[in-house]
Amino acid sequence: MDSCNCIEPQWPPDDLLMKYQYISDFFIALAYFSIPLELIYFVKKSAVFPYRWVLVQFGAFIVLCGATHLINLWTFTMHSRTVAMVMATAKVFTAAVSCITALMLVHIIPDLLSVKTRELFLKNKAAELDREMGLIRTQEETGRHVRMLTHEIRSTLDRHTILKTTLVELGRTLALEECALWMPTRTGLELQLSYTLRQQNPVGYTVPIHLPVINQVFSSSHAVKISPNCPVASIHPSGKYTPGEVVAVRVPLLHLSNFQINDWPELSTKRYALMVLMLPLDSARHWHVHELELVEVVADQVAVALSHAAILEESMRARDLLMEQNVALDLARREAETAVRARNDFLAVMNHEMRTPMHAIIALSSLLQETELTPEQRLMVETILKSSNLLSTLINDVLDLSRLEDGSLQLDLGTFNLCAVFKEVLNLIKPIASVKKLHVSLNLAPDLPEYAVGDEKRLMQTILNVVGNAVKFSKDGSISITAFVAKAELLRDSQTTEFFPVPGDNHFYLRVQVKDSGIGVSPQDIPKLFTKFAQTQSTAIRNSGGGGLGLAICKRFVNLMEGHIWIESEGLGKGCTAIFMVKLGIPERLNESELAFMPKVPPNHGPTAFPGLKVLVMDENGVSRKVTKGLLVHLGCDVTMVSSSEECLRVVSNEHKVVFMDACAPGMDGYEIAVCIHEKFTKRHERPIIVALTGNTDKVTKENCMRVGMDGVILKPVSLDKMRSVLSDLLEHRVLFEAI
Amino acid sequence: MDVVNQLQRQFLDYSASLHREGFLDDQFTQLQKLQDENSPDFVVEVASLFFEDCEKLINNMARALEQQGVDFKQVDASVHQLKGSSSSIGAMRVKNVCIAFRSFCEAQNREGCLRCLQQVTHEYSLLKNKLQTLFRLEQQILAAGGSVPAIE
Repeated sequence: MDSCNCIEPQWPPDDLLMKYQYISDFFIALAYFSIPLELIYFVKKSAVFPYRWVLVQFGAFIVLCGATHLINLWTFTMHSRTVAMVMATAKVFTAAVSCITALMLVHIIPDLLSVKTRELFLKNKAAELDREMGLIRTQEETGRHVRMLTHEIRSTLDRHTILKTTLVELGRTLALEECALWMPTRTGLELQLSYTLRQQNPVGYTVPIHLPVINQVFSSSHAVKISPNCPVASIHPSGKYTPGEVVAVRVPLLHLSNFQINDWPELSTKRYALMVLMLPLDSARHWHVHELELVEVVADQVAVALSHAAILEESMRARDLLMEQNVALDLARREAETAVRARNDFLAVMNHEMRTPMHAIIALSSLLQETELTPEQRLMVETILKSSNLLSTLINDVLDLSRLEDGSLQLDLGTFNLCAVFKEVLNLIKPIASVKKLHVSLNLAPDLPEYAVGDEKRLMQTILNVVGNAVKFSKDGSISITAFVAKAELLRDSQTTEFFPVPGDNHFYLRVQVKDSGIGVSPQDIPKLFTKFAQTQSTAIRNSGGGGLGLAICKRFVNLMEGHIWIESEGLGKGCTAIFMVKLGIPERLNESELAFMPKVPPNHGPTAFPGLKVLVMDENGVSRKVTKGLLVHLGCDVTMVSSSEECLRVVSNEHKVVFMDACAPGMDGYEIAVCIHEKFTKRHERPIIVALTGNTDKVTKENCMRVGMDGVILKPVSLDKMRSVLSDLLEHRVLFEAI
Repeated sequence: MDVVNQLQRQFLDYSASLHREGFLDDQFTQLQKLQDENSPDFVVEVASLFFEDCEKLINNMARALEQQGVDFKQVDASVHQLKGSSSSIGAMRVKNVCIAFRSFCEAQNREGCLRCLQQVTHEYSLLKNKLQTLFRLEQQILAAGGSVPAIE
């Protein structure tokens, strides 16, 4: 061997072990060179890798290790020192880098490990969030379902639709197996299966209402889980499957009365329905809280919707009823109007038809009375006249009464002399009373107003009727008429419980009492007295005329005058007192000029009753003229006499208060004079009162006189008393129309 | 005084008989009532007027009825006047005849009218006599110093 400076390997290269080492070194070097290549390749591929320099370091380390092993291959055979040197350098570098890398890894590996834990943590969190998202979505879904359900429920006001929709929607939302509604029966003791989801026509199962489980559900406002075996839940035969969980909730059935304005609807109602919900069979589903809440909300909404529907139903029913009633009332009203119209037409026709013959009878009978008759004939004619007058009055009464009844009669209000009315009644009744030897006395209170505003004619009619009755039903004794102003304390009379007069400033209540000592009335008959056509036993015996309408009419007149009329009697044979109160107005201010024209006539007529009254007498006949003048002079008048129409017109002036003219002489134009006087004196208070003295007071004459504007007609011959009363009447009323 | 009483009694009896026989009626009584201090001779005056009127009217009627062509209207007018006067004074019988007279006039019955005229004249003269007797009695009473009794 030469001195090649070679290093000999320790072992011979042909040794088997050496061979194995040689091969292994080769493969190691290969692997060590390829690993960094792979690393670089994959790192290049990935976008993010924070530890690049670590990689470089590691790569260097591996490359150097590979180089070492590669160089080692040459050391198996004889190799020069250079190779050994290279080997040594390589190993040194490798050692250095390896140590550095090892040192580095101490820092890096914990970091890498923590990355792993963070990753795990994040994964868990992600899973949790996913779960929560799922839950929220589900809740949102159910919320949407509830809204939709509520909308569906509230969009209809039909009870059945509401309930059906509820069940259907609930079933869909919650994916229920079965959903059922139990309603309380009419008796309130049982619950009846009314609606179900699956079964179309539930047969009428009923359960008693007082089961403990039901009470439990009713006493809580929440949905309550119940056992699937209780009777309300066993509606759907589950067979061999395990039934799902069942929940029941109460549905309050509210009434209108539950909705107070001030309080919220308290569930003080005892009526509940029961809603039972069953989860699908054989599922492991449980009732979640949100589902239960949904059920409760739905139940409340259903309650409200149901009550709305009920209220609506009721109001629709009421409205239909009202419409029906309206129609019926309208029809009835129209029928009534037709009837009233027909009645009025009938009355008008009958009135006219009845009055025409009556007129003929009365007129001709009075004419007949004027002619020469034997006493028997005269009696007959008088009876005919009296009866026909009575009949005429009856016809008038009937017409008046019917007009009174339907309210079409109105009072003719006017100012009139109250005392005069009473005196007139007295005058009218005196003859009859004296025939019956009855004494009539009139007491007018001093505070009674002289003038009053009211319907004079009807007031007189009333007084006359009452007094007439008193006279009619008294055989002997006396009749006293008292009239006074009703004072406030007297207004509260025990008799007049429905009558509450109110005293005021411009009206007063006139109270008239007519007491008689006649046959009286028994207390039980008193109410009947004022009904039409009713006659009590005692009156039926007597021949009382008037058909029993008189008092009824009086009552109506009195009522029209806002008053009250009643009769007091202690019994049969003890007489009776008729009392009535009417409301009369107080005239504000009497017309001054009218007052000046009405000189006050003192009740006791003396011979000079009309001092200085200027009167004009026109009569062609000397004798009549003288007689009339004598009459008037005797009464104190200042008489001017004329004997022709021209003279009359010449002489007449507004100083003459009354003109008496003879109007029946043929060829005389008494009527024309009247017309001329009217033309001459246009103002009413300047014109003298024109009175015709005539020998016949037939209708034609009277009509003629009325037509030309005369104020009165007197039948000749005129007695002193008659002239006196005529003058006083004329001067008070300015019109007399007839004095026989 | 005895004389006065006697005269008064006579007066009353006579008045009563006149009334009874229908010569006078209530109207005459009324006239007598009108006689007072202011017009003491009222009744006499009226009666005189009446008599004058009557005579005039009767003459008119007689003349009218004598005509060939009787103007019934005129006669009727006269009768009407007479009727008025007689009723004013209270001459009942005269008035009644007038009524009948009028109907004859309307019927234009000349014979009837003439008959009535006769009757009227007759009644009128009767009445005139009676009234004059009555007035004489009154005068006698007044002359004797009494007062004329009022007739009820």
